[in-house]
Amino acid sequence: MSNVLQINDLSVSYRTEQGHARALRHVHLSVPRGEIVGIVGESGCGKSTLTSAIIRLLAPNARIDGGTIDFQGRDLLALDEREIRDLRGAALAMVFQDPMTSLNPVLTIGRQMSDIQFRESVRRSEKRDRAIAMLQRVGIPEPERRIREYPHQLSGGMKQRVAIAMALMMKPALLIADEPTTALDATLEVQIIHQLKELQSEFRCSILFISHHLGVIAELCDRVVVMYAGEVVESGTVRDIFHRPQHPYTRRLLECDPARISKRTRRLPIIPGGLPDPINLPTGCIFRERCDVAIDVCASRWPALSGCTENDDEHRAACHLPAGES
Amino acid sequence: MLNYAARRIGLSLLIVVLAVSLLFGMIHMIPGDPASVLLGPRATPELRAELNQRMGLDQPVMVQLGRFLLNALRGDLGEDVFSNRPVTTIVLEQLPYTVILVLLAIGCAALIGIPLGCYSAIRRNSWLDRVTAVMSVSFIAVPSFIIALYALLILSVKLRWFPAMGAGETGNLPDQLRHLVLPTFALGLGWVGYISRLVRSSMLEVIEEQHVRTARAFGLPEWVVIRDYALRIAILPTVTVIGLGIGMTLSSALFTEIVFSRPGIGKLLHESVMTRNYPVVMGTVLITTIFFVVATLLSDLVNAWLDPRLRSESR
Amino acid sequence: MGHTLRRLRSDRLGFLGLIIVSTIVLVTILANVLAPYDPVDIDVDARLLSPSSDHLLGTDQLGRDILSRVLVGSQVALKVSLIAISVSLTLGLLLGMLAGFGPRWLDRVLVVGFDTVRSFPTIMFALAVVSLIGPSLNTVIGVVILTSIPIYGRIVRTQTLATRDRDFIKAEQAMDASTGRILFRHVLPNIAAPLLILASMDVPVVVGMEAGLSFLGLGVSPPTPSWGSILNDGYSFIRNSPWPIIAGGIPLIVVTLGFTFLGEALRDILDPKLRRSGRRAS
Repeated sequence: MSNVLQINDLSVSYRTEQGHARALRHVHLSVPRGEIVGIVGESGCGKSTLTSAIIRLLAPNARIDGGTIDFQGRDLLALDEREIRDLRGAALAMVFQDPMTSLNPVLTIGRQMSDIQFRESVRRSEKRDRAIAMLQRVGIPEPERRIREYPHQLSGGMKQRVAIAMALMMKPALLIADEPTTALDATLEVQIIHQLKELQSEFRCSILFISHHLGVIAELCDRVVVMYAGEVVESGTVRDIFHRPQHPYTRRLLECDPARISKRTRRLPIIPGGLPDPINLPTGCIFRERCDVAIDVCASRWPALSGCTENDDEHRAACHLPAGES
Repeated sequence: MLNYAARRIGLSLLIVVLAVSLLFGMIHMIPGDPASVLLGPRATPELRAELNQRMGLDQPVMVQLGRFLLNALRGDLGEDVFSNRPVTTIVLEQLPYTVILVLLAIGCAALIGIPLGCYSAIRRNSWLDRVTAVMSVSFIAVPSFIIALYALLILSVKLRWFPAMGAGETGNLPDQLRHLVLPTFALGLGWVGYISRLVRSSMLEVIEEQHVRTARAFGLPEWVVIRDYALRIAILPTVTVIGLGIGMTLSSALFTEIVFSRPGIGKLLHESVMTRNYPVVMGTVLITTIFFVVATLLSDLVNAWLDPRLRSESR
Repeated sequence: MGHTLRRLRSDRLGFLGLIIVSTIVLVTILANVLAPYDPVDIDVDARLLSPSSDHLLGTDQLGRDILSRVLVGSQVALKVSLIAISVSLTLGLLLGMLAGFGPRWLDRVLVVGFDTVRSFPTIMFALAVVSLIGPSLNTVIGVVILTSIPIYGRIVRTQTLATRDRDFIKAEQAMDASTGRILFRHVLPNIAAPLLILASMDVPVVVGMEAGLSFLGLGVSPPTPSWGSILNDGYSFIRNSPWPIIAGGIPLIVVTLGFTFLGEALRDILDPKLRRSGRRAS
């Protein structure tokens, strides 16, 4: 199995007062061993639900409607609580979006980094040393001092580095990074991304990197998955997606990226319309209402990802229009 | 941290001085000369003259206040009108009983209330949670002296399980503990309700927070998550509340001491008010105010110790 | 209002509280009519009797019918609550608005004042005052008012401050609207509900304070019946007859529970709208 993570036909919904919100529908996604896969999409596309589903920390009103999540050959959805807990923070690690709130405010950095090593039966001083070494590795100066400090004494960027250090310290097979640089300013973002790249090649882990920042995705990832309103609309290598986008949504997304606009203009392009209501979904293609090249069949038949085979190097898009025409 | 503590101490001193000055002022607002007021109806002209002389009561109010405060700094709070014993000694003899009662009551209440609140939060809407909720509200609502009276009536007078009066023989610890059971119960019951509710609502909030999610995402065992990542933080408001509630507890302690005829500040104050023993009244109020202020200060400091965010100068 | 009442009915404890409160108010108003005996009538032959068909709650040490004393005693409790709460609410309202809208230094002083009074051991203060002025119901009311003002003052201050910083207020001020008008139109409507809740939760506290002080002999003067003084009498004779204490304590328990249940339910209904934090499903 060359994929460390293989998600097949995953559907997740939430029970709400207003009705049944279908947050993820028939999601196919794979992360090959040793590669960095990016998920790109706007807010509301289901990224958080997806990551929560993988580590099985969904909200109580969430329900898995179908599908499997194969991690190193085991279906995560079939594991019991103890088994999944054994994987969390060991083979499967996560870095969260907001560094300001992800760390415990009343415990020192050192204490928290020792806590997550609870499975190791080594002396406390050994755990401490490992923590210091790891902090050094992610580029934090004076790690011995930081170990004794509290989160509020660190800047946002440093806190995020700590989070990355914590995640990688346990040498996970898969690191899930949920918009780790969204809350940081641009300069920091660049540094962190470079750090991640280095660490990835050193630790040889796979990374599932979620972001809505196209530039970062292009810089960091090997493969990209584009999500829209709970569905995967396109997936392929970085070159495929950025140079030969097939799905209308991907194209519009690229057009609208301020970094790519070459002509001087007074108005930034947008995609007109809004996200569909996850409780009352339209029939047919999810993007139909905002698509400028929609045809009749788009309203009646749901477009599955074309070319769904085991060969994951294929460039696939969920669109009725043949490749090259949209 | 030092800066913070210094400011709090300064404020506390100010409060003490204000309280005492207020009382002092009130004495002088009463019709009749202060000596008569202080000595009450027993005052003969000689006694009055002597008191005037000794306490300098013919001098301007501010000077008298100043003298009183200065004397207080030296530990001299005047003398008991009837026995002529130094007020300071009298009050300090009684203070430990009250302090022990208050600390024991709050301590027991915390020992019971914190786990109760924690459990209620984790097992929301369970049978235990709902029962605890109703009982908590009830215990908080009913004045503690009623609880004391009923406890006295049922558990002491009727069932004879516990003694009704006093603090027990000095030196005999088991006896003293037996005498402490009912007063502690009466004083602490309301606190159990208060603390369990507070911990419950705190926990419910904290459990939703991101860092708890992070801890779980790292596979930490659930009991560690609850203890170190949730409860550790949820407890902070409880400490604050206890600090703020010390005043209320002192009031309730007063009633409890009277109902159970226990020695202590409450009983002392009540008696001296009834007998118009003003030096003792003033002295008691002063020392109690100091105790109360110190307790509040300590709770603030404990708070700062528990929550590192409160300590440092902002970065 | 109707909406609130409807929601109250679904909260069982709150509804219970409402019933209790209404009953108490009714009983208090009709106390003189309902009481079978004159509460101050002494009958030395009928001392410390247990409940019987003649005396439903027994008699106290002077042969007075306890039921009648309890019924009439409710009037004292109600009177003290009404006066104390309305006065302290009004004064708290004024001071709170002053703190919110006035100069910074005044705000600071008032806040320190509020916090100090609020956390000070009330009874101690009451005792000291009483020792100087002499015991009477008016003294009790006065002390209760003084110690209750900060409760209302604080919340009014918070609301006033919040309103003051809103932009539309600044706009009105720029148009020369008077401060009074601003306070009246914008602060008051927002404050009405929280104040109502606070007052409801304050009744048990006030009733408890009056009862406590009367229990200590510092409140009503004999032979006026008050629940606290009934308990006081009962305490001296606790070994002879438990009934004065049982009878004196029950109305206090009922009143405090009733108003507290009602207040809590009101708070659940009126407040969480301001603090609704839904979890997004994304």
